[in-house]
Amino acid sequence: MKTLVFLEHHDGAVTKPSLALLSRAARLGGETCGVIAGSGLKEAAASAGAFGGSVIFAADDERLAAPLPQPRVDVLAGLVRDEGFDTVLFAQSVLASDIAAGLALRLGAGLNWDLADIEEDGETLIGKRPALADSVWVDVGWTATPRLGLFRTGSFDPAETGGSAEVRDVTVTLEPHSQLAELVEPATVDEQAGPSIEEADVVVAGGRGLGGPEGFALVESLAEALGGAVAATRAVVDAGWYPYSAQVGQTGKTVSPKLYVAVGISGAIQHKVGMQSSGTIVAINKDPNAPIFDYADLGVVGDLNEIVPRLAELVRQRRDA
Amino acid sequence: MKIAVCVKAVPDSATGRRIDPASGRLDRAGDLAVSDFDLHPVEEALRLRDAAGEGEVVVLSLGPAGAADAIRKTLAMGADRSVLISDDAFAGADLVTTAHALAGALGREEADLVLFGQQSADGDGACLWAAVAEVLQRPAISQVAELSVDAGSVTGRRQTEYGYERIRAPLPAVVAVSDAINEPRYPSLKGIMGAKSKPQETLGSADVGGVQAAQTTVIALSAPPERGDRRRLEDGSSAPEGIVEFLVERRLL
Repeated sequence: MKTLVFLEHHDGAVTKPSLALLSRAARLGGETCGVIAGSGLKEAAASAGAFGGSVIFAADDERLAAPLPQPRVDVLAGLVRDEGFDTVLFAQSVLASDIAAGLALRLGAGLNWDLADIEEDGETLIGKRPALADSVWVDVGWTATPRLGLFRTGSFDPAETGGSAEVRDVTVTLEPHSQLAELVEPATVDEQAGPSIEEADVVVAGGRGLGGPEGFALVESLAEALGGAVAATRAVVDAGWYPYSAQVGQTGKTVSPKLYVAVGISGAIQHKVGMQSSGTIVAINKDPNAPIFDYADLGVVGDLNEIVPRLAELVRQRRDA
Repeated sequence: MKIAVCVKAVPDSATGRRIDPASGRLDRAGDLAVSDFDLHPVEEALRLRDAAGEGEVVVLSLGPAGAADAIRKTLAMGADRSVLISDDAFAGADLVTTAHALAGALGREEADLVLFGQQSADGDGACLWAAVAEVLQRPAISQVAELSVDAGSVTGRRQTEYGYERIRAPLPAVVAVSDAINEPRYPSLKGIMGAKSKPQETLGSADVGGVQAAQTTVIALSAPPERGDRRRLEDGSSAPEGIVEFLVERRLL
């Protein structure tokens, strides 16, 4: 087996989920390598070696400066062809998902996504995938090589092996259609003051069920009573109801407070991966079929506009007593 | 401008979704509905067409024959016509199979813009647009929360793990929109009546260049790992007291 792990990087550093996947892949049999693609990334490439892998392929090219998927498909397809990788693994992200799917069609290869783990089975691999709101675990396979896999955020922890990989330069050749999209405004984040949701012992999070930005007054009031921080889902952040810095989930922050209260949140998988390691999860939602009830320790079916103010009042009474 | 919207008819969430243990595939025998995620690109396409005052919106789908009824909802919303690729040979389709089938149908349409929703509602996939764009050799922008189209190009503002960014691509292009981009309209009574006379075409595998064999398989199903005991409060009026009791019991208050 010869495995290639895509190493995503941001601000000069390889992302934690990518390093975690590299350390997991290095424990599979055969040879494990990494690939990093961007501009001015030599240091990031060298540092990844400590997490496993024998060779880190570095595609360092001005045309890869913007974090766009299609040019990276060209880089990875070239490596699979020239180096004979039979397995290519990705830590799930907006960028990595698009690269993996493009690569799958370029190579005519099978892609399994949302994997929580992977196991060897003789000469092949079996992916472990939670499905249907994690109500069932599916063992998935590949009918041929190369095998492509996307792993759910938080599946593994990075483990330094103390090794150091050789960094090898990759010649970059791009397809015409891969160079059509252009980044016209790089990612920006509006940070805001207030308690950090990553440090807080209690997090109260609001979702679309709040009905509008004014609904966050309820969430803030409950968070204040519990001495916690306020978080939000991607849907409401995208809709402009609350700032991005408070977002929990796949494209936001990962939190693990002692208590997580989800208010008006249906609980899509993108949200779950950002808060599933919370100590205790309480969910309040009017839809009895909301997926969040499948992983909440206490599920409360009802009208948040009635429940949350009364709950905040009871908590305050207790605190002040 | 011609806009094609790719949608998926999925088992109705209200009636439950299950995997058929025999085939390892999602049971699609029951009622189907267009995925909520896919109503957003339909809405966006209608707005773009109506703002331009011209153009066509065609809805494309790969699915069982029964999906045609579900797709009629998009015609009731205002789409001009639909194309359903339906063939028993597509059962067990994976990403490679699906992307080639949709690309085959899209090749007949030559749309300026191809839209997708942000993810599948049942298979948790969030990458089909990138696969289709690769087959069509077109630029792609995913997770777009704000979309603008001007002379010959499309610009999308989107959220990634690192904040908001803006990407531009020349037309023809493939764009996947997030569910924050708009509020899909409800079909009007007039729309529902009018949908019955709109063209609904069905294509077989031969019409879209055959069936590319699936490269992935389902090997086995198992129960998920248990996560402690879960409790539920259904009575709204006593719920606040119930929550406090629970928090005290867990020493969280």
